[in-house]
Amino acid sequence: MPDSLADIAADFREASPQERLQLLLEFSDELPELPERYAGHLDRLEQVHECQSPLFLLVEVGGEPGLAAGDQRVDLFFSAPPEAPTTRGFAGILREGLDGHTVTEVLGTPDDAPMSFALAEVVSPLRLRGMVAMLSRIKRQTALKSRAAEPPSAGTG
Amino acid sequence: MTPSPADPVDRSDDRTTAYAHPERLVSTDWLAGQIAAGATGPGRAVVVLESDEDVLLYETGHLPTALKLDWHQDLNDPLTRDYVAADQFARLMTARGVGRDTTVVVYGDKSNWWAAYALWVLSLFGHPDVRLLDGGRALWVAEGRELTRDVPDVPQAGDDAAYPLVTREDAPIRAFKDDVLAHLGKPLVDVRSPGEYSGELLHMPDYPQEGAVRGGHIPGAKSVPWARAAAEDGRFRSREELEAIYLTEQGLSPEEDVVAYCRIGERSSHTWFVLTHLLGFEHVRNYDGSWTEWGNAVRVPIEK
Repeated sequence: MPDSLADIAADFREASPQERLQLLLEFSDELPELPERYAGHLDRLEQVHECQSPLFLLVEVGGEPGLAAGDQRVDLFFSAPPEAPTTRGFAGILREGLDGHTVTEVLGTPDDAPMSFALAEVVSPLRLRGMVAMLSRIKRQTALKSRAAEPPSAGTG
Repeated sequence: MTPSPADPVDRSDDRTTAYAHPERLVSTDWLAGQIAAGATGPGRAVVVLESDEDVLLYETGHLPTALKLDWHQDLNDPLTRDYVAADQFARLMTARGVGRDTTVVVYGDKSNWWAAYALWVLSLFGHPDVRLLDGGRALWVAEGRELTRDVPDVPQAGDDAAYPLVTREDAPIRAFKDDVLAHLGKPLVDVRSPGEYSGELLHMPDYPQEGAVRGGHIPGAKSVPWARAAAEDGRFRSREELEAIYLTEQGLSPEEDVVAYCRIGERSSHTWFVLTHLLGFEHVRNYDGSWTEWGNAVRVPIEK
């Protein structure tokens, strides 16, 4: 997984259970608002139904000329209400760890990366499913959008 | 005027005193008065516990002197699908400065779903005085009342202050699958959303699919979504309004055996509270296995 995400995971693992919750709260507090172009347009984002609270996310894949699809930059946007801090915290971790990375790095993030934060024992495995679902939606959107940005190749459509 | 914590009933509101067991409900005014008077907190006469769906909500700010009690992390056994046993429960309570004679006030998010669930689990252990904060966390916040991130210190409990080992007594208020099979033909209340009741949805709208392989409801169950008991401000509806729903419209009667269920037993704890404590039904059981058990069980009857 990208170093930035691995570093966050290490911070969580080294913290005591109570400190892990505080750390998650910091990620929740620091989750940025949607930029103007998406604010108030949740219909343009994808809802992650596996989360217990309404969480919407959107992936943007860069279109830098001359860069291979795998090297394009990925930007992540999230929206979740303040009364859903756990969901916001999960989103904050994924944003901090993956935003600004390349398509290849995002797609290379293991699906079970959410299990490496030692969060199951403090938030319960059931609740962690929301984070697993967020990561899978991020990877799916990244794959779809980077394919769409690629010049059509012959043969496979 | 500060109400005395010794007064078992919040008498500040006529709406509350009209309920069958008004001593099970307190208003935000009453609780704010107790907090201001210094009557609340670990080891004191009143201990306030927050129980939310979101495990981190307490950390974002909570009622002054309140401690957290998490339905999943604290009240469920980590291995078996069951609630904690006597020794774990005693540790949980002692760690929150709760003794057997403490007045426990529970509040939470989502119109007190999880708070009602926590209250019901405390009731399995027969805790004598456990109450809900009417309107829950949302009303407290909407009224602009104080929230804090300060976590109160819990004084070290001496042996006499520690919570005693009390054996859980499930039978009076908890139904298992076999109990429900034996109960078929008698009143059942399905408190899930209409889509879940009809079988069109296998989970709550906007919620994760929790793995029921069949949709529908237990035969004969009446559909009364839990939220019908809640008013717009998150408080319970008045006794009169509740009677119109459960007695007049649904034809339930307080002396009948009633079983309530939902998906895992949290929304039906809310309805269990309404029927038992607000309307005075004498024998209501919560089937906590609910649809995540029934919708997966082999050869149990299902109606659509």
